[in-house]
Amino acid sequence: MTQQFYVSPEQLMKDRADFARKGIARGRSVIVVSCEDGIALVAENPSPSLHKIGEIYDKIAFAAVGKYNEFESLRQAGVRYADVRGYSYDREDVTARGLASVYAQSLGAVFTAEQKPFEVELAVAEVGASQDLDHLYRLTFDGSIADEHNFIVMGGQADKVSGAIEGGWQRDLSFAAAIRLAVKGLMTDNEAPDLLAKALEVAVLDRSSESSRGTRRAFRRLSDQDVVELLAEES
Amino acid sequence: MQETTANKVAAHATSSFTEHLQRDRPELLPQYAPFAAGTSAGQPLAVPHATTIVAMTYAGGIVMAGDRRATMGNIIASRHIEKVFPADQYSVLGIAGTAGIAIDLTRLFQVELEHYEKIEGTLLSLDGKANRLGAMIRGNLPMALQGLAVVPLFAGFDTAAGVGRLFSYDVTGGRYEEQEHHAVGSGSMFARGALKKLWRPNLPEDEAISVAVESLYDAADDDSATGGPDPVRQLWPVVYAVNRAGARRVSERDLAATAGNIIESRAAARREA
Repeated sequence: MTQQFYVSPEQLMKDRADFARKGIARGRSVIVVSCEDGIALVAENPSPSLHKIGEIYDKIAFAAVGKYNEFESLRQAGVRYADVRGYSYDREDVTARGLASVYAQSLGAVFTAEQKPFEVELAVAEVGASQDLDHLYRLTFDGSIADEHNFIVMGGQADKVSGAIEGGWQRDLSFAAAIRLAVKGLMTDNEAPDLLAKALEVAVLDRSSESSRGTRRAFRRLSDQDVVELLAEES
Repeated sequence: MQETTANKVAAHATSSFTEHLQRDRPELLPQYAPFAAGTSAGQPLAVPHATTIVAMTYAGGIVMAGDRRATMGNIIASRHIEKVFPADQYSVLGIAGTAGIAIDLTRLFQVELEHYEKIEGTLLSLDGKANRLGAMIRGNLPMALQGLAVVPLFAGFDTAAGVGRLFSYDVTGGRYEEQEHHAVGSGSMFARGALKKLWRPNLPEDEAISVAVESLYDAADDDSATGGPDPVRQLWPVVYAVNRAGARRVSERDLAATAGNIIESRAAARREA
């Protein structure tokens, strides 16, 4: 019988974290920006059907980088969690905080107990009645959770992109301005000189969806056409 | 036989909210189990019943309307009940029958459609929605046999075909596509009579709304379980119009004007029946 090598818990966790980090760093960035009109979610994603950004519930959206099958299963679990909760209690009892802590627990459990940690980083965003009531949570592969303000940048060159967003972020940005800022940020991460609308995935959580569109579902995915128009517009 | 992980994952991948509840939280589903012996089938429970719903096609979509009365035997249980609900962006649902079960079923159906849309990233086809509703009605069959039946009317805009379509159901979940117009509930035979005379192909939207309100007026005239327009409490039917742009609730102001016109013309005619 072969003797198992002893690996210290510190080393084991460090190896796992390095592994997950490497997986995430290969992905392209996703940016979540809170602004005057609501929350804008922008991702570099050439696929028109495999989404990195998704709707979870009325006011809650999801964005992720990393391995598609892993974050897609988390997204679906999130939708199930939210729908069950909203159905059994009430729609207003579904909050980003509750969802984020469920995600934190599952990611933490996978990180410590499974063969391989999830190579994902998630953002859970909830739009509020005012900008101060917006919630942005960032979740990493090991289940740590952070309550962020104003914006979140995840993925490959997060530090570089984050710097660009930080410089341009203001409280009173409109959706158009926030999306343009995010695209500018994504371009620092990219060798190609400009990003085409086709390679972008853009969605928004509309702060005033109830009054402007008559629906409590704030999530709206923008079409390529919308994105082209937004980027062409000058503020 | 050992189940492979892939098989397990595939078996758990469902876009249906009801299936998910059945598997993980069965206690949250409406309980369809028959009552224990002791409740005789001869004495229906005294619970509120919702009555007349009418729906019809018009140029570019469909209109559905429901009165505001719920009855419990000979008592008016509610003057404010709403029986027409948006199911999702392109479809609406009207319910007649046992109000409590119908409202529960509607809520589950709404979540079912939204859940599918979020998981799959696309809307269910109109036929898919209609079939799903049929399955849910069939699930209620044991209760229906004890007198707690729910009979919905489902209508929506078929985005693929570009037309508005109507579906009626029986208590066993049988789904029947209706042409032109239809009504369900205790006042439906009177409403249908009115619809046959008032409806014509390609009505403009405002006339279709007026026809819907007038057919409910006729139903209320002869059926005690159907409430007519109530100018004292300013209560009008709940009316939804669905077209290419989606489902829209017709405003109270428009309905007040429409109902006002009908009451006025009936008063002016001074006819007895």
